[in-house]
Amino acid sequence: MSTLSEHEGTPQLVNESGLSKADLRDLLADVSDFLYREADLLDERRYTEWLDMLAEDYQYSVPLRMNVPFSDVVSNEDTKVGAEVCWFDEPKSTVELRVIQLLTGVHWAEEPVSRVSHLVTNLRLTRVALPEVEVSSRFLVYRNRVSDEIDILVGRRRDVLRQDGDEWKLTRRTLLLDQSVLMAKNLSIFI
Amino acid sequence: MTIEGKRPPAHGRVADLVDVHSGEISREIFVDEAIHKQELENLFPRAWLFVGHASQVPNPGDYFSSWMGSDPVLLTRDDKGQVYVLLNSCRHRGMKVCRYDEGNTMQFTCPYHAWSYSIDGSLVDVPGDLHGVPHMKSAYQGQLDKAKWGLVRCPRVYDYKGLIFATWDTEAPDFLDYAGDFHWWLDNLADAFDGTEGGTEVFHGVLKWRIKSNWKFVSENFLGDTYHGASTHASVEAVGIGPGGKGKRRHGERQNQGGFSKGRMKTSFRLGHGASDNLDYELPYPEFAEPKLTEYFEKAWEKRAEKLRAEGRPLGGRGPATLFPNMSFAAGFPRSILVAHPISATETEVWRWFLVDKDAPDFVREWLRQYYMRYGGPAGMTEQDDMENWDYATQASRGVVARRFPYNYQQGLDREQASDLDRAVHSDHAIAGEVNARAFYQRWTEYVDNLTQDQLRELASVDERVERIREREAAAAAAKEETE
Repeated sequence: MSTLSEHEGTPQLVNESGLSKADLRDLLADVSDFLYREADLLDERRYTEWLDMLAEDYQYSVPLRMNVPFSDVVSNEDTKVGAEVCWFDEPKSTVELRVIQLLTGVHWAEEPVSRVSHLVTNLRLTRVALPEVEVSSRFLVYRNRVSDEIDILVGRRRDVLRQDGDEWKLTRRTLLLDQSVLMAKNLSIFI
Repeated sequence: MTIEGKRPPAHGRVADLVDVHSGEISREIFVDEAIHKQELENLFPRAWLFVGHASQVPNPGDYFSSWMGSDPVLLTRDDKGQVYVLLNSCRHRGMKVCRYDEGNTMQFTCPYHAWSYSIDGSLVDVPGDLHGVPHMKSAYQGQLDKAKWGLVRCPRVYDYKGLIFATWDTEAPDFLDYAGDFHWWLDNLADAFDGTEGGTEVFHGVLKWRIKSNWKFVSENFLGDTYHGASTHASVEAVGIGPGGKGKRRHGERQNQGGFSKGRMKTSFRLGHGASDNLDYELPYPEFAEPKLTEYFEKAWEKRAEKLRAEGRPLGGRGPATLFPNMSFAAGFPRSILVAHPISATETEVWRWFLVDKDAPDFVREWLRQYYMRYGGPAGMTEQDDMENWDYATQASRGVVARRFPYNYQQGLDREQASDLDRAVHSDHAIAGEVNARAFYQRWTEYVDNLTQDQLRELASVDERVERIREREAAAAAAKEETE
């Protein structure tokens, strides 16, 4: 469940918790609110608060995309999370190191700071097995830097959230970026 | 009339823009499109270029799409296990016969008019030859010479312990002569951590990304620019992402070795290659936060040291380093290959491969994989800051006024040190010293100004810097005698 592959087909909702339609609507609203707030914290560079939204077992993965024959799409369009080279495939401890780097003030890739907007859309619950919920979405991350530098990163995203008392924590984020050759010079922002 | 080999006329001399004696190099060579065109014409098709790794095409029919300068190529393996490099362009109207990054096939069929090319030696004389042509009889009266119209084959391909190099130039020196004594660095790249020859493979997945900067910025950075580390990489040093864990040095140097730079003089070859270190700079593998890894790498180091000493081979030479012109690598932590593919004067497509021992246990493999990703490539915490500098250096060098003022390459000018290596010298300082870059750009002018392979060979047959060191030492000795 934790990997994202569009080749498995667009998943139908698996409602393991047997929630009613009304409860599912409420749940989607809750989850959406969490993810929009999370995007706001990132774009406002409130990294310490943002890290608090990530579970201790958080895993962040962005596999590479390759141009392969139709017959190889299922087996080989994306590099394999956990085994092969990805743009990102790391635990929370590495994400924390990236935050420390951003806060040094001498991380030239983000000094001066970039203007970033995370747009999250097409939100859909794909699995409800409380306390865990899996959400499918699309992302568009826009970065404008210095003067004329613009990067647009678009793709699919699958998030797993876990209810922890009154709040949610993000436990897993996997993104499929719609580029094989990265057209941005670096990925010094969180996608 | 013969069309094959016809070329447009050449431009002026780039040698006038590079003065290695004063240590000044014009910015034009990093931003000017006409010069870039000359590089594509005169340098890339005549030098040995890294195409890919043998482990990317392990089986018959496997292919990997790559680039050689301005040209797309396919690294293929035929039915007999032989590796070939083929120009990825149909001979009829030039369509790319393969637009996949990798895969397996014995036949490339052009999507445009369906000319097909086989790499099956039982169907064609030489892999890559034309095999199928629609309407052969009505279109060509069955007269088309299939052997002549096969995919253009790269005539020179060399497998150095799994590293596949190729050149289009039949007159180019053999690969081993082209590499010279720089091969020691290639050995450390290709051999396993315990010294097993060629005991490496690449992780599946090549990082590919575009930067708005000239490809030479990339080559120069790795061939001996240790000067940029303290400033460019200040943030990642402050964080500590290396083997030792948080707060420890980036590459995991052991603290009891007197620090990272002691004894780390650079090595510069007359052939244009350069390395940030030297063969005497023996740096044992790092101490890891996890004792299990420390133990594994200590054993590997001991085995390697014993084997290499018994063979009379040096233990140093792990880079970072650049094989002229555009293959850079490091053979330590991380162990990785980078190729800077030229796109335009101010745009480059960078490819990064990561190497691992074929027989590495899972816990070592996984630790290295994670370290490589957090270290290198566009998401790597070290490399991110390099791109920022290269891109904005390029932007700020394009101005009409800026272009009038050269870059400064004067570090260690006339202070080069003698070397035991063939046609090579060392810097006199571990961090300062731009001798490697000066030699690289000198070699670059010789290729770009289209000197013949004979002239290139002749010019690099002696290292005039070695001569100058001798003269300098003799003069110093004479002066000393006089004062005494």
